Amino acid sequence: MNRKTDLLPGTLDMLILKTLTRGPLHGYGIALSIKNASEDVLIVEEGSLYPALQRLLLQGWVKAEWKLTATNRRARYYTLTAAGRRQLSHELSQFDQMISAIGRVLQDA
Amino acid sequence: MKTVLLHLLESAMNSLARFFRKLGFLIRRDRFNAELEEEMRFHREQQAREFQAEGMTPEAALHAARRQFGNDTHLREQSHGVIAFRAESVVQDLRFALRQLRKNPGFAVTAILVLALGICASVAIFAFVDAALIKPLPYQNPSRLVVLFESIPVGPRFHLSYLDYLDWKKLNQSFSSLDIYSPYSFMLRTPTGRQEAAGASVSAGFFRTLGVTPVLGRDFHPDADAPSAPRTVLLSYSAWQNRYGGRRDVIGQTVTLDDVPRTIIGVLPRDFHFAPAEPADFWAAMNASDECEKMRDCHNAFGVARLKDGASLSSALADIRTIALQLQKQYPDSNRSRGALLAPLSDVIFGDIRPILLTLLSGAGLLLLIATVNVASLLLVRSESRRREMAVRGALGASRARLIRQFVTEGLTLAASASALSVGAAYATMRLIARLIPHDMMAGMPYLRGLGLNGRVLLFACVISLITGLLLSLTPALRLPLHDLHTGLSEGGRGSASVMWRRFGANLVVVELAMAVVLLVGAGLLGKSFYRLLHVNTGIVPERLAMVQVDASGGAYAKDPQQVALGRQVIAKVGSLPGVESAALSNVPPLGDGDGIKVFTVVGRPQMGESYESVYRRVSSGYFATLRTELVQGRYFTEEEDASRPPVAVINQSLARKYFPNENAVGRQISLGGPPKEIIGVIDDIQEGQLDAAPRAAMYVPFNQDSDTNFSVIVRTLQDEQSILPALVSTLHEIDPGLATFNRVTMRERIHDSPTAYLHRSAAWLVGGFAVLALLLGVVGLYGVIAYSVSQRTREIGVRMALGAQRASVYGMILKEAGLLTILGISVGLGCSVGAATMMGKLLFGVRSWDLPTLASVAILLGISALVASFIPARRAASVNPVEALRAE
Repeated sequence: MNRKTDLLPGTLDMLILKTLTRGPLHGYGIALSIKNASEDVLIVEEGSLYPALQRLLLQGWVKAEWKLTATNRRARYYTLTAAGRRQLSHELSQFDQMISAIGRVLQDA
Repeated sequence: MKTVLLHLLESAMNSLARFFRKLGFLIRRDRFNAELEEEMRFHREQQAREFQAEGMTPEAALHAARRQFGNDTHLREQSHGVIAFRAESVVQDLRFALRQLRKNPGFAVTAILVLALGICASVAIFAFVDAALIKPLPYQNPSRLVVLFESIPVGPRFHLSYLDYLDWKKLNQSFSSLDIYSPYSFMLRTPTGRQEAAGASVSAGFFRTLGVTPVLGRDFHPDADAPSAPRTVLLSYSAWQNRYGGRRDVIGQTVTLDDVPRTIIGVLPRDFHFAPAEPADFWAAMNASDECEKMRDCHNAFGVARLKDGASLSSALADIRTIALQLQKQYPDSNRSRGALLAPLSDVIFGDIRPILLTLLSGAGLLLLIATVNVASLLLVRSESRRREMAVRGALGASRARLIRQFVTEGLTLAASASALSVGAAYATMRLIARLIPHDMMAGMPYLRGLGLNGRVLLFACVISLITGLLLSLTPALRLPLHDLHTGLSEGGRGSASVMWRRFGANLVVVELAMAVVLLVGAGLLGKSFYRLLHVNTGIVPERLAMVQVDASGGAYAKDPQQVALGRQVIAKVGSLPGVESAALSNVPPLGDGDGIKVFTVVGRPQMGESYESVYRRVSSGYFATLRTELVQGRYFTEEEDASRPPVAVINQSLARKYFPNENAVGRQISLGGPPKEIIGVIDDIQEGQLDAAPRAAMYVPFNQDSDTNFSVIVRTLQDEQSILPALVSTLHEIDPGLATFNRVTMRERIHDSPTAYLHRSAAWLVGGFAVLALLLGVVGLYGVIAYSVSQRTREIGVRMALGAQRASVYGMILKEAGLLTILGISVGLGCSVGAATMMGKLLFGVRSWDLPTLASVAILLGISALVASFIPARRAASVNPVEALRAE
């Protein structure tokens, strides 16, 4: 449960942005969603999640608003902005290049 | 290329947006904290709920959630780190900067003082520029106002006649209104006698044209200047305050000006001024019934007009020139060769002072720039000794930006301290400069009443301080070994940049020293001229002399015997006042404008068309004794020599020399029309014109033989001459309350406040002020350059000393470097200053432009100052420990 998988540097932002493409989520929801989607491999530590969210807010890639949850609790929901969407596709393409580069290196070996 | 630009633009926009978002976070910091707190709490609770669902007890679940969440405070700080500006680190930098300055008080004091002086001079002069050139004139839409002159062959700016004015007004198509004004000196009847009161005579619409409304009462009615209209007058705000104590019931009161009762109908606003007619306490509606107003060739007013919407200055000028031609044809007798000229009102008001102020401001700006570069060079010297510190900090992980920020903080700290200091000093300086301007002249520049530290001046001070601070931070930051921090660690790392700086610094020092020499020589020459001027032989003893002017016209003194009797009565009464040694009369007191010239002939001498001219003065018999004039030959005239005795005259030596060379003037007879006068005595020249005027031929005739209703009463006192003035005036009013008295002044004041003395004094002070600044800058600059050079050559000096060089030779080496620059600077400066002094030859009095004592003392003064400035770094160089110097490198 508390297994920690080191993320490649910079990928957390990308994961958060990607997660938000499916719709607005609160912080906990994002962490949960990443955990579930990765079948419990990627556990986003809250210690990195919130600073990352602030960073994304600052860049203007997400925006935040307070809403009520299904259980009538107040929670801050994050939504992807247009700039965030652009950034995501940019990061994804870079990531793809990186992965394929790594793949080629590994194949050669 | 285009895409690169777009990209740059986009990234710039992005950082801007980021900056503002950050700012937004920071402003709502509390809310940010609360929201973060709530968000995290929510997260923990959701987590705990999940654990609970997996079968944990509520406490265990909460605990587990907290554990997983990690250190709360640390987490919050991390989130803050993303949004904060690191204000803490700015404070850190500031503290460090202050500590650095405290550690080196000599540097701090020098730098701050030099900067403060530079900023102070600029701000003080800017305050004048602001008051005169930036602050809008107190009229409605002042840029649409123009002044209308008539032009004659003698010059372009002359008066209009009233009848011309009426025609201008009727015929023009360019003005929405046209009015006239003329400065006027009224005789005001007061309970203690008649007094001169400054005022102006204006047409009825004058204030409507300017767009000025009285603060109290009303403006003139549109027909207030008609011959039949009741006479009315408006008060200036200061006259209302000073003469009427600011009472509101002043409206409707009567004031008698020039023996005509006028009703006070209003008070002008406090900030109103109209320099072309000032000083003016009473603004009277003119009256078209006066003699002059009926004659087309009696010119006594200037026009002021408001341009119609759509009319430009040039179109209006074309319009009035056409009218002028028309008037020339229509009235060939009076208007032959009379043209017309329009000038913007602001040009008429500020035309003379604008170039002076702008020159001064650029001078001050230049000095400030040099001061800044000097302080930058001092900072550079310090940064040399801090290379290692910077390198170590860099090696320990301080980012390039952080190191630069340290320098920026230090530069801004210096500039801020200096500007804080200088604003106070600037206020004092502008008061001082304002005091250099004599009262009369100040009265003619009413716009300077608004002089002070207003928002614009403070803004200017802030802006130049900021620029100064940035310049200061840039120089050392540029020299920071940022690109290769390790070279700073390994050795001194002297690149081409330091050589370039040294060369630039050396050149700058030569320029600075030369400038200091020029200004010092200028100040010296002007100061010497001023001294010579004040001590010029005026032919009188000016101490303990007081005088007042009397106007007895328009009363019971129309006939000569009445005037003589009045004169005798005045001398008797004033002469017997306690504290008065003697009293005398003269129709024109000495040291005036030298006017009052008459043409004469020598009886029995054929004159081939040559005209003899002489200053002509009517004086009482005690005049020469009271002024303590030396009698060279013959005798003074006596009180008894009046109209019943043969006419006599006393002449001065200049007249004797000029018109009676090689012969005895005493006993000769001269004629000015009327019975000839016998020359009975010759006196030393009395300075009749301005202090710096050449001596002139002058003759003095008995007041009792040629009297006047206008005369000055001059007294020699036993003690302080200032204190006798009130008694003098009250005695005159005791004799006759109808006597108008004005211009009460002591002779020393008259000398001191004369236009010539003023010109010399203010020029000497201004140039002197700049010279002191320039000297200081030159010395600091020299110190900076030499100290920098020493800091760069520490290793070289170490090697020399290790190889056996004596301390004396190290001293010699450094002092030689400084000496070379100094000698170069002084010689260039001396050359330039002789040129500059020749150019300002008109301002010099009794001093030649190549006055050797002045030149020599300036050279010595500068040489000594330069020696002191270079001695400090030379000593540092000589005390270099060779072992340390070599090891350190």
